[in-house]
Amino acid sequence: MNTEILGIVVMFFMTVVLAVPLGKYIAKIYAGEQTFLDPIFNPIEHFFFKISGIDPSEEMNWKQHLYALLTINLLWFFLCFFILMNQGWLPLNPDKNPSMSPDLAFNTTISFLVNCDLQSYSGETGISYLGQIAGLMFFMFVSAGTGMAACAMVFNAMKERQTEQLGNFYNYFLKSCTRVLFPISFIAAIVLIFNGVPMTWEGKAHHTSLQGTSMDVSRGPAAAFIAIKQCATNGGGFFGTNSAHPLENPTYLTNAVECILIFLIPIAMVFALGHYLSRKKLAWMVLGVMTIGFIILVVPAVVQEMKGNSAITSMGIDQTRGSMEGKETRIGSAASGFWTIVTTVTSNGSANCMLDSLTPLTGGLAMLGMMINSLYGGVGVGFLNFYVFIILAVFISGLMVGRTPEFLGKKVEAREVKIAAIVAILHPLMILTGTALASYFTAHDTAMGYWFNGKASGWLGNPGYHGFSEMLYQFTSSAANNGSGFAGLSANNPFWNISTGIIMIFTRYIPIIGPLAIAGLLAQKKYIPESSGTLQTDTSIFGTMVFVVILIIAALSFFPALALGPFAEYFTLIS
Amino acid sequence: MKNIFSAIKLTTLCLIFFSAIYPLAITVIAQFAPGKGRGETVELNGKIVGFQKIGQTFNNENYFWGRPSAAGYNAASGSGSNKGPSNPDYLKDVQVRVDTFLLRHPYLSKQEIPTEMVTASGSGLDPHISPQAALVQVKRVAQARNIPETRLIRLIEQHTEKPLLSLFGPSKVNVLELNIALDQASPQPSPKEREQ
Repeated sequence: MNTEILGIVVMFFMTVVLAVPLGKYIAKIYAGEQTFLDPIFNPIEHFFFKISGIDPSEEMNWKQHLYALLTINLLWFFLCFFILMNQGWLPLNPDKNPSMSPDLAFNTTISFLVNCDLQSYSGETGISYLGQIAGLMFFMFVSAGTGMAACAMVFNAMKERQTEQLGNFYNYFLKSCTRVLFPISFIAAIVLIFNGVPMTWEGKAHHTSLQGTSMDVSRGPAAAFIAIKQCATNGGGFFGTNSAHPLENPTYLTNAVECILIFLIPIAMVFALGHYLSRKKLAWMVLGVMTIGFIILVVPAVVQEMKGNSAITSMGIDQTRGSMEGKETRIGSAASGFWTIVTTVTSNGSANCMLDSLTPLTGGLAMLGMMINSLYGGVGVGFLNFYVFIILAVFISGLMVGRTPEFLGKKVEAREVKIAAIVAILHPLMILTGTALASYFTAHDTAMGYWFNGKASGWLGNPGYHGFSEMLYQFTSSAANNGSGFAGLSANNPFWNISTGIIMIFTRYIPIIGPLAIAGLLAQKKYIPESSGTLQTDTSIFGTMVFVVILIIAALSFFPALALGPFAEYFTLIS
Repeated sequence: MKNIFSAIKLTTLCLIFFSAIYPLAITVIAQFAPGKGRGETVELNGKIVGFQKIGQTFNNENYFWGRPSAAGYNAASGSGSNKGPSNPDYLKDVQVRVDTFLLRHPYLSKQEIPTEMVTASGSGLDPHISPQAALVQVKRVAQARNIPETRLIRLIEQHTEKPLLSLFGPSKVNVLELNIALDQASPQPSPKEREQ
């Protein structure tokens, strides 16, 4: 078998195999059971809670969870915004990079705070080591911890009982960071440094190249940063070209390790659900739906990338290595196509190739992954998105069989369905409104004044259908908490920084608030034991139902936009 | 209010743990890694001539060439071309690269040019090419250096990195290391001496 294909098959199976024990471990942490890391982390967490004056055993209702979550997130915003606006004179800036402009600092702070990691700057020239480590890397831990804590509360609310008491936000949050994200990052960072990823506080290195020209090489404390960036579905690159950069991702081995890390915790969270609720069949149903969706996206993407760009084939060039524009030789086209889908179905957004140069269908499939946004999804929040689809599927199935919809022994009523519908509609609303606005300006070539230096069409890196794809991709990626980009688009200007910044805020917090509210409301309701008339939610029939709901919502809302961009480009290329 | 002060204190402690203790611990461990976490350098005659993982510009006749780079191999600011597959300007660029490659390797036919030699890498710093892409350059380098082709082919074979565990991923050649080995095998006057 082709070694490139074998590589990606092994990556997928390794991830699932590792996710099973990890899921069990995560379930134990949220249930407060003993784990083998207790001797290390019990004293640390005890110290943290004591100093902070937090009682981790104090139970909160869903509103208190939300209040704690939003308060601490707001606090973090100010911290990072200050660092990025002042990094020019603050310490740990050996390369003398300047402070960020207000709109760029706003965009970057929001983007990392919400776990999106859209980047309008380039790591080598746009940010200091202090900004990278105390600003962005700090967010990589705590933003993922926030999402996982929200997910843990929803797990808690799905138990078979009637209650308002849904655990403690700070407890879930801190333990997610210290006991899940930290150990995984620590091990991963060690693997990375021994395979050539730098971890130094020195600035650029200078030397003369073999042909006799002067060269500067950017470095930095990258290994610690990259480990957490991958495992916590952050995805923001230490260097501008993200995981395509040879110092971020130096070998095929690091590529495999990083790719596995991207969807390890998202898959483990599904197993955690099964263990936590002792509903393994439900977890398999969820995982099954997610995996089928993933395979439908990943297979054509890999095939397309390995086949190469048909426009270059028609020039008479041999493309046995696939479409290599924007790709790295050590990684190859198969692993690049695979990574692209892995990183977009989860909300990671790191890239080991330049997405703007992908063949048209792969670019479209990557967008579709983000439009659905719940095939594995981000750490914690991926399941929350899926939860919304479950609620909608329960409601629709209930109507079809003519019974009151129930989910895990709780009646799903008008209020919950309304919330679910709002969350489901928000995503296409944000993406399509943003794209429509940007396309309008581009089509009229409007002079943008303060918002953009020059006329609107100047922000496109490519003409035609592909230019439309660039704009659609940027808003999709912002709304899906993803952060990857078609980098040909000039995004570092007030128009793009501010519009995507606002979208990122809405599409992060509303999809957390909604499921938290639904789960909290359902938990307060009387528990009805299962009877022969109960709709079984852990069967393949219900799984199919969820899949269809996802398909209808994503396809109906996004198909026209996809047809104008990537599909149109695909058909022009093959004709 | 209590909530806010708790949040501030917890944030401070997390900042110390995740942004100071964690990266410092990794920095300490990095001292035991090759290159001590500062990046592995490669030397020729006792002088650092590059970083093992970072590609360099090669366009002289007497060296093997790496891939086209949208960043001109500027390792302080790498980038890809970000050109879309159907962009007419981009396709013209590729055509120019094909023509140039044929001009400098007149013994080749179009079908023999490996795709990575006419497409820009993702990072603009790709240190590798496929073994096939090295082999097609042998005749040119052999003529420029006046050494037998078989010796160059052996050199390429020695510097070919197999797939991971011989099973996973593509095989490749590190262009910088190959060229250093080339300089060791048949020393060339340095660029300065040549000018004199």
